[in-house]
Formats: sequence, structure tokens, C-alpha cells
Amino acid sequence: MFYREAGDFSTSYPEDSQTFPIKFDRIRYYIVLAIAFLVVPFIINDYWANAILLPFLIYAIASIGLNILTGYCGQVSLGTGGFMAVGAYACYKFMTAFPDLSMFINVILAGVVTAFVGMLFGLPSLRIKGFYLAVATLAAQFFLVWLFNRVPWFYNYSASGQINAPEREVFGIIVTGPNTAAWASYLFCLIFVTFAAIIARNLTRGSTGRKWMAIRDMDIAAEIIGVNPLKAKLTAFGVSSFFIGISGALFFAVYLGAVEVGEAFGITKSFLILFMVIIGGLGSVFGSFAGAAFMVLLPVALKVIGVDVLGWPTDIVAHFQLVIVGALIIMFLIVEPHGLAQLWRLAKEKLRLWPFPH
Amino acid sequence: MSDQFLYAIEVTMNGLMAGVLYALVALGFVLIYKASGIFNYAQGVMALFAAMTLVGIMDGQVPFSHLINAAFGTKVHHFGWHVPALAAILLTVGVMVALAWMVQRFVMRHLVNQEPIILFMATIGLAYFLEGLSDLMWGSEIKKLDVGLPQGGSLWIEDMTSGLGSDNFYGFFIDNLDIVAAIVAVLLVLALMAFSNYTKEGRALRAVADDHQAALSVGISLDFIWVLVWSVAGFVALVAGIMWGTKSGVQFSLSLIALKALPVLMLGGFTSIPGAIVGGLIIGVGEKLFEFALGPMLGGATENWFAYVLALLFLVFRPQGLFGEKIIERV
Amino acid sequence: MEDGYTTADGRKIGAVVMEMKNITLRFGGVVAIKDISFDIREGEIRAIIGPNGAGKSSMLNVISGFYVPQEGEVWFHGAPRPQLRPYQVAQQGIARTFQNIALFEGMSVLDNVMTGRLTQMKSGLFAQAFWKGKAEAEETANREVAERIIDFLEIQSIRKTPVGRLPYGLKKRVELARALAAEPKLLLLDEPMAGMNVEEKEDMSRFILDVNDEFGTTIALIEHDMGVVMDLSDRVVVMDYGKKIGDGTPEEVRSNQDVIDAYLGVSHD
Repeated sequence: MFYREAGDFSTSYPEDSQTFPIKFDRIRYYIVLAIAFLVVPFIINDYWANAILLPFLIYAIASIGLNILTGYCGQVSLGTGGFMAVGAYACYKFMTAFPDLSMFINVILAGVVTAFVGMLFGLPSLRIKGFYLAVATLAAQFFLVWLFNRVPWFYNYSASGQINAPEREVFGIIVTGPNTAAWASYLFCLIFVTFAAIIARNLTRGSTGRKWMAIRDMDIAAEIIGVNPLKAKLTAFGVSSFFIGISGALFFAVYLGAVEVGEAFGITKSFLILFMVIIGGLGSVFGSFAGAAFMVLLPVALKVIGVDVLGWPTDIVAHFQLVIVGALIIMFLIVEPHGLAQLWRLAKEKLRLWPFPH
Repeated sequence: MSDQFLYAIEVTMNGLMAGVLYALVALGFVLIYKASGIFNYAQGVMALFAAMTLVGIMDGQVPFSHLINAAFGTKVHHFGWHVPALAAILLTVGVMVALAWMVQRFVMRHLVNQEPIILFMATIGLAYFLEGLSDLMWGSEIKKLDVGLPQGGSLWIEDMTSGLGSDNFYGFFIDNLDIVAAIVAVLLVLALMAFSNYTKEGRALRAVADDHQAALSVGISLDFIWVLVWSVAGFVALVAGIMWGTKSGVQFSLSLIALKALPVLMLGGFTSIPGAIVGGLIIGVGEKLFEFALGPMLGGATENWFAYVLALLFLVFRPQGLFGEKIIERV
Repeated sequence: MEDGYTTADGRKIGAVVMEMKNITLRFGGVVAIKDISFDIREGEIRAIIGPNGAGKSSMLNVISGFYVPQEGEVWFHGAPRPQLRPYQVAQQGIARTFQNIALFEGMSVLDNVMTGRLTQMKSGLFAQAFWKGKAEAEETANREVAERIIDFLEIQSIRKTPVGRLPYGLKKRVELARALAAEPKLLLLDEPMAGMNVEEKEDMSRFILDVNDEFGTTIALIEHDMGVVMDLSDRVVVMDYGKKIGDGTPEEVRSNQDVIDAYLGVSHD
């Protein structure tokens, strides 16, 4: 009743292969965009921005990135934290070396640098497969964190070994540093998320996406029907790392402001993003958003229930969180390997037939 | 002999001892992988869980006491008794078997025939779950573990070797605990090989590893075999947990030994018991010597990544590992 | 014979497209293919038959560049083919299906067929990222080709179904569609009718003949069903234990004593 596709016909191939072939979806998509860009900036405050919206947007970019590599191309990576660190440090170096550059350019350049680093670490993927590769990406994780920790050039020889984001602007609006308004950092991240999602969607519905999925589903057959496996995997590593690098740059410059690499980009970060992708749904751009939202909201919700309502000590709640996250991961893999995105599809399917289920 | 050379030898010997411990953890991985094709990321957390449970039982801690206190406002901590080490170890083995059964019943049984990578991710979830569970059960503070193993440097070896170098050389420093660990590891490997080659269960286990369906069709119970394998892996985790826990206290970082064991596996191959041992030794010696020779120049702490980068480079040239068979791909 | 021949039903067969010259393939100590030579002519349907383990699939894998023979050469269009990776072989216009269906299970039928067009799609990453210009035009153009193949093989109704949900017979047909979408010069079919019932076999035979007839595609196929082979193919190569024991028209092969021995099971000593 509420969700209909009857009478909604595609009369050309471009119409049929667009992102939202069903009119209802298209309208909803524009409404969400309108609210995100035109309503939220006027009602946002510091708590909402810092506790929920900024981490959600930034993690969404990272999980779109990892989803491209793992969900679409089938290459499991445990090096996400390390690649986010590359984005953060590259962004920091650009910010300090070229103080007049627009922050937009800084972040994009950081993404480009990360893309190249990602492709470098993706090279072994031609010969190493499955979880051998997953373990190999840990090499990237540990090596990169060590590098940023031990080589002073990366943190500009600062005494603390930390990097701090100086104040930078976009079109005269401050987007980094302590004087940033909540709406400015929110909008800045939102623009990147929107582009990341659109690009990811375009790539995955076209020939590049088909190459990735062919490699994921059966790499030998893919090569025999004409997919160059090295090229396809390296593009996946490149595009994926590009997004992850952008997310790392935003995480450092816009969200945290100051970063100690081992703490902010350690292996737990790699797992966090991986969990977002699994829970949200492998091979789904929408799932990346759902997973990011879920993993950002879960600790907040648990804290509200455990600490504020029940009055338990924070450490016990933190331990509970581990148990719940672990159990959820297992549950999702058993019950619904395609994650929240699949649940959403099923719900739509039900809605479409409602109220006449037969 | 020059002192520098003698130091290098000492570093090598300590590397060998560390390598034995890596091999011990890697062994747990190999066992489960061989029998079920599952790459068990939770192996390290299992070691942590085992060590924590052992300490908790020995000290007579009340399980979940923090949780109970928080929920009901009570103040329970300890039962007030102490369990002797041997009895506590036996009890912990029992707990690990129960854990194995639960993993099989609630997780693995539902994931039969899934792709390996899905199973791998499930064990990451299991690792998180177990980590939270052991903290909830026993508290997250660092605990001391003493089951009566000898510790400290071996004076005997120091005395025997002090004459080799100049007056500044005081002989090789080797920890007694490392020696014990090496002996235990060797015994464990021999026992496991004997088990897998000479017992009925061992044969069934190898059959399952080869082909699940075929094993089922000749009347082997997959449930039983997998509980068995997870139990043995739990036992290996306990041994590793005792060794590392005695050495550096029972705490979260114990679970990170799993991360140390991964490059060992990449080097040795996931299916080879000798591979795990040789791989462990190569990595133990390699990372200690690398740090000794180049660490000061590179800023130190190269142990964090050396093993991974070595394994990565190695794999690029020999994807099947040291002892793995060359894979002939078919379509 | 040098420039081709005319078949019994009056089809013109052209010059040699591909020639295998003294191919030998070993796996460690096992010899899978021993010194085999044969050729495939333009427009013909060429069958490779033989008992299990004769090395037929290995032969196909050599043609698609998946296995590299230790000895011998593959000649393509009158010149020796350098050692190529499988994807480069595909780009030269050789498409194939697999004995154990190798479809991309996570994708829809349409997407699977579209993967067959990948060798023709050249637009850059940036154009695709913004779905503009060449990328969109290319997608539409190739979609049209894919849809023609889908119509041809009568699988329109399952266009958007995930391949994993299809029954076996349909999967085989989708795999054929994927290979045809590449508009190959040479089509390799590895047991296209294995595991099918009689009706499905008839359908598949009809499709193979139609493909050869309408698109003029050269076809090399492996098949176990002797009846099918004899009806479909113009010339047959017979393999046994990695060796070639017969080569010729179905009638010639049928009367060959070595072939009869191999199939009726005379002891090998």
C-alpha cells in the first residue's frame, strides 16, 4: 500500500539501470538528501555532532571504502586502520606544508595518497588469496602505525609525537581547529559522504563493479572470461583506499583535531570498520550507512541504558559491549550474511505486498 | 670469539625460545584449520580466557562478581579458598571443553558449508565475545599467574658460558621459563602427532579434514570431532596461556599473541604441524636478530611488524608456505 | 581441404582458425596430454571426445591459456600464439563455458551476461565514477547486445533473478549466454549437456546449432553423449589417456578400431 512499483515501467535501458529504478525510492532519496542538507544544519548542536553525526558520517565513508574491497571485490582487509592513518597523516602534511590550500583539496589529496599506498599493499593480492591475504593486510596495519609512530618527519618533529589539526577554511568558513561551528564540520563531512556514496554506486553498477564482483564470486572464471585480475584488484584497492584515506583525514582533522596514531588508528579500528560492513551488509552501499549507524549508536545506547539508567560502572558496560558486538557479528553471519541491508530489502518486499500477502 | 658475535648468539638463542612459544600458539591454529578448515582468530583470546579462568579458580574468585555486585548491590569477591595448581588446571581443562562444546553447538554447527572467509569473520566475533566474557567473569585488572614453574635467568647456563668472551661478557642469559616452555612445546607436539597418527579419533580427525561429506558417510560424527578439536585447541591455548601468563602477567595483551602467531602460519602453511614449528623458530630468531642488528638504526620496536613483512614477502614468492603442497587449480 | 570444405548439409567450412601443434602437458610426473596435434576450422563444430581422464578438459584449458603446456605451440590465425594470460586469450575472442558451472553466483542473470561484454567495455574509471559521457553510452550499447543474447536463448523472464536461485539446466544456459555475449570468434564448450535430461539436451543442441548457424561462430566442444556428438559435430578428435587416437568425421571415427577399443574397454598393455 505504502510502497508500490505497479505502473512504474522502465522504457529504456538507462532508465532501468539507474540507481533507484523505483519511483518511490527515488523520491525518498531526494527527501533524505534535502533533510540532511537543508534541515539538519539549522538544528544541530555540539553534542549531536560529536557524539553521533560526525562519527557516523566519517565511518560511513570508511565502510563504503572497505565494502568496495571486501563486499564487492571479495578481498578481506584488516588494514583499514593503517590506511586511515595514511589519510590522516597525509592530510596533516598537506595542511602544514600548504597553509593556504582549501581544506577540500587537502582531504582529496590525502585520499589520493592513500589510494597509492593501498595499491602498493594490494600488489600481493594477485598471488595471495583468502585469509592469507587478510593476514597479509595486517602487515600494512602494523607497519604503517609503526612508521607514523617512529619517523618524526611524519609528525613534524613535535615533542608529543601527536599531530594537531591547525585551523583551515573552505570558502572562508572554518572547518578544522577548535573554533569550528558544529554545522560547518557536519556539512563538510556530509558533502564527502554524498560524493562517496554516489561514486561507489556508479562504479558498482557499471563494468568496474561487475569485474569486482566476478573476481569475488569466482576469480578463475573471471580471468578466463577476460577480467585482468591484477588490474581489477588494484582498482578495488585504490578506490577503497581513496575513500578510507578521506575518512581518516576527516577523522583526524575535523572530528578529533589531535591524533596519537596507535590509539586512533590501531587494529581495533580495522575491526570496527569490518564489523560495520558485515552488520550493514557485504556488497551494499546502503548497508555501509546502516552498519556505520548501528556501530555508532550501539555504544551510545548501551551507555545510556547501562550507566545512566541502571547505574553500572562504565567498565562493566564496556565489557558488555564487547560481548554484544561479538554475539551480533556471529548472529548476523549465521542468520543474515547480507546484513541490515538484506533485512531492509525483505521489509520492503513485505511492504510491497501488504495488505495482501498472497 | 668477539663479544658482539656472542651477543648475536645469545639473541639467536632467545629468539629460538620466543619462537617456540609462537609455534605453540600457531599449533592451536593449525589443529582447528586442519580439522575444519576454520581459521580460528579467537585462538589468542582463548589463551587469555584459559589463563584468566585458571587464575580465577586458583584464587577462588567468584565468577561475574563485578556484574553481580553492580546488579544487586552486593559485595561478593572471593569464596575464600585456594585451589592447588594441578586441580585448578584440570578444572580449567573442563571449562575449555565446555567452551568447545558451546562454540560447536551455538556457532559452528550453524555455519557448516559456509565460505572460509565467513567462518573467519565469525571467529573474529567469537574473539570479541570471549574477550568481553572473560572480563565480565574475572575482571580486567592484570593478574599474577604462578603455577610453580621456575622463573628467572638460568645461572647454570650463565656460569657455563661466561668464559667464552672477554671479561665484559657474563655468559648467555636464558630464562628458565623459556627452557621449560620449549620442553613442554616439544612434548605437546609429539603427543599431538601421536594422537593424530595412532588413535582412532586421530584417524577420524584426519578423515574429516580431508572431506566432510565422505567422513559423514562412513559414520564419523562431525559434532563429536569438532568438539574434540576445539577442546584440544582449548587445551593448547591453556598451555600457551600458562607460559605467557607466567612470563608477563595475565592481561589483555595476552590475546595479542594470536597476532604474533599469524605470520608464523603464513610462513609455515596453515596445515602443517612441522611448518608451524619451523615457522615459529624462523620468526622468533628473525625478529630478534633484525631488532638487534637494525632496530637501533630504524627507531626500535621493529618486532611490531617485522614478522608480518617477512611473511608477506615470503608468500609473494611462495604462496603455499614452507611445507604446503603446490596447488593445482582446476576449472 | 586446404581452404576448407563443404559439409554434408551444405555448410561452407573455412580456413584453419586454430591449430594445436604437438602439445604436451605434464603435472609433476603425470602426463595429462601427450604430443597432440589437431586443428579447428572457421565455422565448424569440432568435438573432442574420450573416456574420463583422457585429458579433454586439460586441452580446453590449454586453449584458453589457463594451463601452459611444456611442449608444443598453439597457432591462432596462422601465427604461433605467444604465452598469454587467460584474460588476454579472452580478449582475442575466445570464450568458453565450464564443466562445473562457473557462474558468478552473487550476481543477477543480466549482470552475469554483461560480464561477457567486459572485454568490449573500455571507459575509464572517472567517467564511470560520475556515470557520464562514454560510460553511460557504453553501458547502454552493451546492454543492447546482452539483451539480444538473452532473447536468443529465451531467458528474458529470469533476467533479474540472482543466479544462485536457478535450477541446473537454466544455469547452463546462462553460462552459454555469458560466453555468447562476448561475440566470440571461437567458442569452447566443456560438456554443455552434462547432467541434463533428454529435453534439456535437445534444447541445448538446438541452441548450439543455432549459434553456429546464425552467428557463424566456430565451436569446439567436449561431450560424453555419443549420440549428441555424432549429430552435432562436423569433425571429431578422440583422446584416450592423454593421446590422440582418432580424428575425422563422425563416420570415420565411428569405424576406427582404436576408438572402438578405447570405448569398449580393451586392456592397455
